[in-house]
Amino acid sequence: MALLDVKNLTLEIDTANGWINVLDKVSFSINNKEIRALVGESGSGKSLVVKAIVGALPERWRIKADRMMWQGEDLLNMRQDKRRKITREQIAVVYQNPATSLDPSATLGDQIMEAVSSKLLSRGWFWQKQQQREKIAITHLHKVGIRDHKTCMDSYPHQLSDDVCQKFMIALALVSQPKLLIADDPTMAMVPSTKIQILKLFKHLNQTRGLSILFVSHDLLSIFSMADSLTVLYCGQTVETGKMDKILKRPLHPYTQALLDSAPSFSKGLERKTDLPTLEGTIPPLQHLPIGCRLGPRCPRAQKDCVKTPEERRIHEHFYRCHFPIHRPTK
Amino acid sequence: MTTLLSVQDLNFYHKSRNSFLRKQPPFHLTDINFSINAGETLAIVGDNGSGKSTLANLLVGVYKPSSGSISLNDQQLGSRNTKQRCLNIRMIFQNTKESINPALTLGHMLDESLVLNTKLSALERGQQIDKTLRLVGLLPEHKYFYRHMLSDGQLQRMALARALILNPKVIVADEPFAALDPSVRSQTINLFMKLQKDLGLGFVFIAHNLGIVRHISDRMLVIQDGRVVESGKTEVLINWPKSEYTKQLIHSYYSLVNGQY
Repeated sequence: MALLDVKNLTLEIDTANGWINVLDKVSFSINNKEIRALVGESGSGKSLVVKAIVGALPERWRIKADRMMWQGEDLLNMRQDKRRKITREQIAVVYQNPATSLDPSATLGDQIMEAVSSKLLSRGWFWQKQQQREKIAITHLHKVGIRDHKTCMDSYPHQLSDDVCQKFMIALALVSQPKLLIADDPTMAMVPSTKIQILKLFKHLNQTRGLSILFVSHDLLSIFSMADSLTVLYCGQTVETGKMDKILKRPLHPYTQALLDSAPSFSKGLERKTDLPTLEGTIPPLQHLPIGCRLGPRCPRAQKDCVKTPEERRIHEHFYRCHFPIHRPTK
Repeated sequence: MTTLLSVQDLNFYHKSRNSFLRKQPPFHLTDINFSINAGETLAIVGDNGSGKSTLANLLVGVYKPSSGSISLNDQQLGSRNTKQRCLNIRMIFQNTKESINPALTLGHMLDESLVLNTKLSALERGQQIDKTLRLVGLLPEHKYFYRHMLSDGQLQRMALARALILNPKVIVADEPFAALDPSVRSQTINLFMKLQKDLGLGFVFIAHNLGIVRHISDRMLVIQDGRVVESGKTEVLINWPKSEYTKQLIHSYYSLVNGQY
């Protein structure tokens, strides 16, 4: 059974021009001990998916889904306190911008010690519990590569650099020992060597503790190096879902192909200083979403049929939404 | 090929104000030497806090070097010919969005640099602005736009237009591609390379992504803690790194690409 199973998640938000579907039938699932990557450009709704899973969206927005199951329990129709409990104990989130999502008015030490679940502590008096909390917090800080735990725990978020805050966020997420870690652009502000350290840690936790990870990012390099499976999001639509190696070898959707092409590191035969292949234009703003397949106006293979939203099709475990997929014979 | 920009024995010493409780060590940038020809690209690579941005700021003249010289076309740039430097070396800042004034239209902003640095009439300035906007792939109508009306890719083009409007010889860019999305990033890289070919610009840029560095740069400068660890042709340096730090950098990059670490 899948750990988290999301099918046709649709999110409507209220704008001046009426209700707009920012997420349009997003489906994916995360199995136990799986690392799934969620890729998309900024504005494609990656962070909204994350927030929809943990229920951090404003109440007046409309969320609909065919199913959104956490280990067989429906997250959307469950009692609020039960859902809170699940998100507290079993799902942990690393938010995108560490400097703004940490509490500016408390020291980092206070914040991480608050997050230690009391289930992890053995019996004892309150001062002993406090010591245990501190000990757990410190081990986690060491794990993510913060050596100087004393300064870190004594400072406020604004006093530390972005990449230390980012590491701290990861420690904060791991301290409650979750089953699923949702990491929203966790390696954004990092230099390559630190990035690898964090990716190593994720992979290690995945292998030893069986932690499932939803890795949300647009950094293709780190995604390709660690994820088992991939979901590509464009403008709130899932365009392709499948196993990593399959997608790398043979992408079916033109957008996935464009994404792969955009990283110069992967095209081995690329001459230096030659033009990189690109899609024309940029991701459309919310007010001007095209109908049908949202890639339509930018797509090199677009035809008349593309004004209808393509249904999800599948080849084994590989799902895609495109009328005219590449690498497939035309009918 | 003539040498366009050359930097000799550049030193920079910066002592930050010590707070009452915490003493901070002073920052040194020592013995920077490099030169680039017209139409060449130099990439500066290094960790956070290694002095990459400081070097970029020294080149454009935001900071004054403690010793050493920067010369453009064999002419030394000092405090006496600031104008020459302003006209010929232009900078693109790290956060494009924050570096653009939200209260001015883009046209106004481009106009400002012309008013301050040239003696063109209003009509000529207008023509120059239209020409530059077309050059970077925007429309002349974009001069009536404010920054919040444009997307990231367009803002990056705008930053490029602001750098290009005075027909500079060298452009210094501080992580121009880092914050961009993949597809917009390749568009911007293509634009940079096209403009460089057409105008023969010298281009100095700071980057983290070695894939991009390898693709577009001719020379590379690796900096660690304010010291040049290694410099040379990009191809040579990436294939046969000498110093330990560079090896580590390149190894970590390749292990990401191949997924083995």
